[in-house]
Amino acid sequence: MQPDPVIFTPLLAAACAIFAWSCYRRFSLVAVGAAEDRFSSLPERLQGMFEFAFLQKRVVSRPFGVNHLFIFWSFLILAVANTEFLVAGVFPAARLSAVLPQALYLPLVFVFDVVSLCALTAVAIALVRRAVAPPYEGARTGEAFGILSMIGTLMLAYFGLHAAEIALGAEGAAQSMPVSRALSSLLSGEGGETLKSVAQVSWWLHAGVLLFFLNYLPYSKHMHILAAIPNCFFKGLDAPNTQPREEFVEGNVYGAGSIDRFTWKDLFDSFSCTECGRCEKSCPAASTGKPLNPRLVMHDIKVNLLANGDLLQRGGEPTVPVIGDAEGSIRPDALWSCTSCGACLAACPVFIEQMPKITKMRRHLVQMEADFPEELLNLFENMEQRSNPWGIAPGERGKWAGGRDVRQFEAGKTEYLYFVGCAGSFDSRSKQVTLAMTRIMEAAGVSFGILGKEEKCCGDSLRRLGNEYLFDKMARENVAQFQEKGVTKVVTQCPHCFTTLKNDYRQYGLELEVIPHAEFIESLLAQGKLKLDHHEKKGGNIVFHDSCYLGRHNGVYEAPRTVIAQATGSAPAEMERNRENSFCCGAGGGRMWMEEHLGERINLNRVNEALAGKPSTICTTCPYCMTMMEDGLKDRSNGGTNVKDIAELVAEGLKA
Amino acid sequence: MYVVACIKQVPDTTQVQIDPVTNTLVRDGIPFIVNPYDTHALEESLRMKARYGFKAAALSMGPPNTEATLRKALALGVDEAILCSDRAFGGADTLSTSNVLAAAIRKLAQEDEVGIVFCGKQTIDGDTAQVGPGIAIRLGFSQLTLVDRIEHLDFLSKKIRVRRKLEGRYEIVEAKLPAMITVVRELNRPRYPTVPMRLKAAKAEVKVWDNNELKLDPNSVGLKGSPTWVSRIFSPQRAAGEIIGDGMGDPAGTARLLLEKLVASDMLAV
Repeated sequence: MQPDPVIFTPLLAAACAIFAWSCYRRFSLVAVGAAEDRFSSLPERLQGMFEFAFLQKRVVSRPFGVNHLFIFWSFLILAVANTEFLVAGVFPAARLSAVLPQALYLPLVFVFDVVSLCALTAVAIALVRRAVAPPYEGARTGEAFGILSMIGTLMLAYFGLHAAEIALGAEGAAQSMPVSRALSSLLSGEGGETLKSVAQVSWWLHAGVLLFFLNYLPYSKHMHILAAIPNCFFKGLDAPNTQPREEFVEGNVYGAGSIDRFTWKDLFDSFSCTECGRCEKSCPAASTGKPLNPRLVMHDIKVNLLANGDLLQRGGEPTVPVIGDAEGSIRPDALWSCTSCGACLAACPVFIEQMPKITKMRRHLVQMEADFPEELLNLFENMEQRSNPWGIAPGERGKWAGGRDVRQFEAGKTEYLYFVGCAGSFDSRSKQVTLAMTRIMEAAGVSFGILGKEEKCCGDSLRRLGNEYLFDKMARENVAQFQEKGVTKVVTQCPHCFTTLKNDYRQYGLELEVIPHAEFIESLLAQGKLKLDHHEKKGGNIVFHDSCYLGRHNGVYEAPRTVIAQATGSAPAEMERNRENSFCCGAGGGRMWMEEHLGERINLNRVNEALAGKPSTICTTCPYCMTMMEDGLKDRSNGGTNVKDIAELVAEGLKA
Repeated sequence: MYVVACIKQVPDTTQVQIDPVTNTLVRDGIPFIVNPYDTHALEESLRMKARYGFKAAALSMGPPNTEATLRKALALGVDEAILCSDRAFGGADTLSTSNVLAAAIRKLAQEDEVGIVFCGKQTIDGDTAQVGPGIAIRLGFSQLTLVDRIEHLDFLSKKIRVRRKLEGRYEIVEAKLPAMITVVRELNRPRYPTVPMRLKAAKAEVKVWDNNELKLDPNSVGLKGSPTWVSRIFSPQRAAGEIIGDGMGDPAGTARLLLEKLVASDMLAV
């Protein structure tokens, strides 16, 4: 049932031309962004694209992901059928049936027929899911239903066409089309004219929806059909929280205060987002009623790009600000709500980088506008003046040791630098962790030294808060000190020091072997250097809370669990959200130093989750987590549960 | 018109210790900061600049390294930074300091009229609160101390109305310009420098005026012009504290005990 090519050919040509033009218009907008290299390590990139775009590893990890996988692969397979359909509309002789040998053609037609049914089923499931249990509030949009209906209509038209042709006896491959054949029996009583009309209407419906769909894509959130696969290819290969350095010379501007200050990849991300809402669901800010929603951050960046892109391409100035209150702008209080926990990064099936964009906008606010929440003024000044967040005199550092004789680090004489960190040096609760860690290392006979008074803050909070200028200054000082003192191996007890020394300082040419205390204790246990008497200590029901900076940002999940199991005799209990899906304590990204005025408190949300299993102890591996969990427990006035750092659990079990 | 903020570089007192033997400040390696009250004086001068288009100048007296403090002021947005520095100014008490600063303001006034001089209410190292009033007297300016709010500024009639924060009460005062105003922390929230301003300030000029420029009688400045000298610095002995009750075990009872003690010692107005 072919239409007249004279009618269809110009239609197809016009549709393809408009589609190409739309794609060019949209995708060329990303060129207003700054340069960024996303083409290095090709094999790794291709592998990532294969695993995450084609095998959809992340998509299938959550409910309804498998459904998406079916739609995706149906789409790919039917792309062959649809191409044939369109080509044959122009060159009726160029049908696959005429080109391919039967032995190849018949199985192919069989696949098309069955896959069309799969696609129709998956689309029906998706429609019902969106109507009954949408992925997030506000997901029931006309756009979403429209696209699903279009895909469904394509399948129905496909079956309409083939069923009518089979009934007409005009389909040579009818035996290989079980679904179409079954449907054709419904049409068996119809006359030839009716069948012809059904076929004709189906053909035009199929062609019409296909060409409309093609031209609707670039203007909808379903642009992800075009952008998501390359986005997986372009995914970040470095630790996602290690933002690029900035160069502080006169005349430079800092951070992203307008859309063209993002990189092309940042902008491409916004085209790759189909608003599935997984980032929003896992975001501690979004799920506790804060104004931040990573999905909307991406949405607003896209809206902003579309509003300003043309103007920027013509050399003009953007008219819609990227930070502000209107649609297409991101509210400052949303930016300040981010805990930089990286849950959004871990949740996104196509590796959109939401959190680094937030840091870029914070950089603009802090460095170009000096506009930030009031509480941070103190923090910034304390860091600049006294190299610690509390503003305690640097001379007090090292006093945690009390009367203990802890050696100063000296290359050649001490093997490891024990980098205690600000919390471990000044916070009275964390000082107990420092003492526990010291006892463990002493018991194991580890050769270690500290920097004492000479230790400085690593600058983590500054970097996450966007005060890159001060971070840069502190990083340089620390790097110079480490190099001068010949430090090569470092043990940390704070995951923020850990990630900063390990990942961030690498940008300053410093390659250190940095070992978080959980891993260090694990290796001491494995080497049999610690004698533990866990029989006395068992009976505790310990639940483990993953630190974002140890876990998600650095992939350390198992070491603390192994240590707890060995120190107490049994593996820790798990919270519902654990490992990659762990929920932040609320203190990362500099939130530790800010008030939490909006929404439910994040630490309470997490503590409630921890208490669900009625634990005796919540075990943490981070001083911020410890503070947040302890505060949360106080609010619940729960006397039965305490918080302990992993080093404390181990130190308690040390044989005297 | 100029609005001038007088700022002083002081040792970061949270880090200063007193040598128990010599009774002097141990200042080795102690970083300097801008006197915290002065940051509010500076902020107010910058707000006046933004609001009325005044030229903002930051003024300090001290050794050459005071330049760092004035660069901070430049990074925050003052148009001019002036450092009065001369060996002859060394060892000054509050009297000779106000002689120098008043002379510098007079010199500045030769370029353009000086409308308002802001000072912090006192410094955290000397705590005398005398330099601001000293400047006012020497220049014949209206003297408004402990200001926590500028109520009104009228150019035509050259009048300013401010609120003074006193113990237990406020006082609204009107005075003629030019005026010297000392400020308390509640007046404003100091700004933070942007990075471009910091980089610009690093290269900007800090004018250094010595006594060749100010032409003061050598007997009225520095140690020679200072009738006060410090004979001894010491930390007062404090009586040991007392742990009352059992806050963990019996918070309510302990709170009651604390309240009784506070009432008994007349620390609460009940």
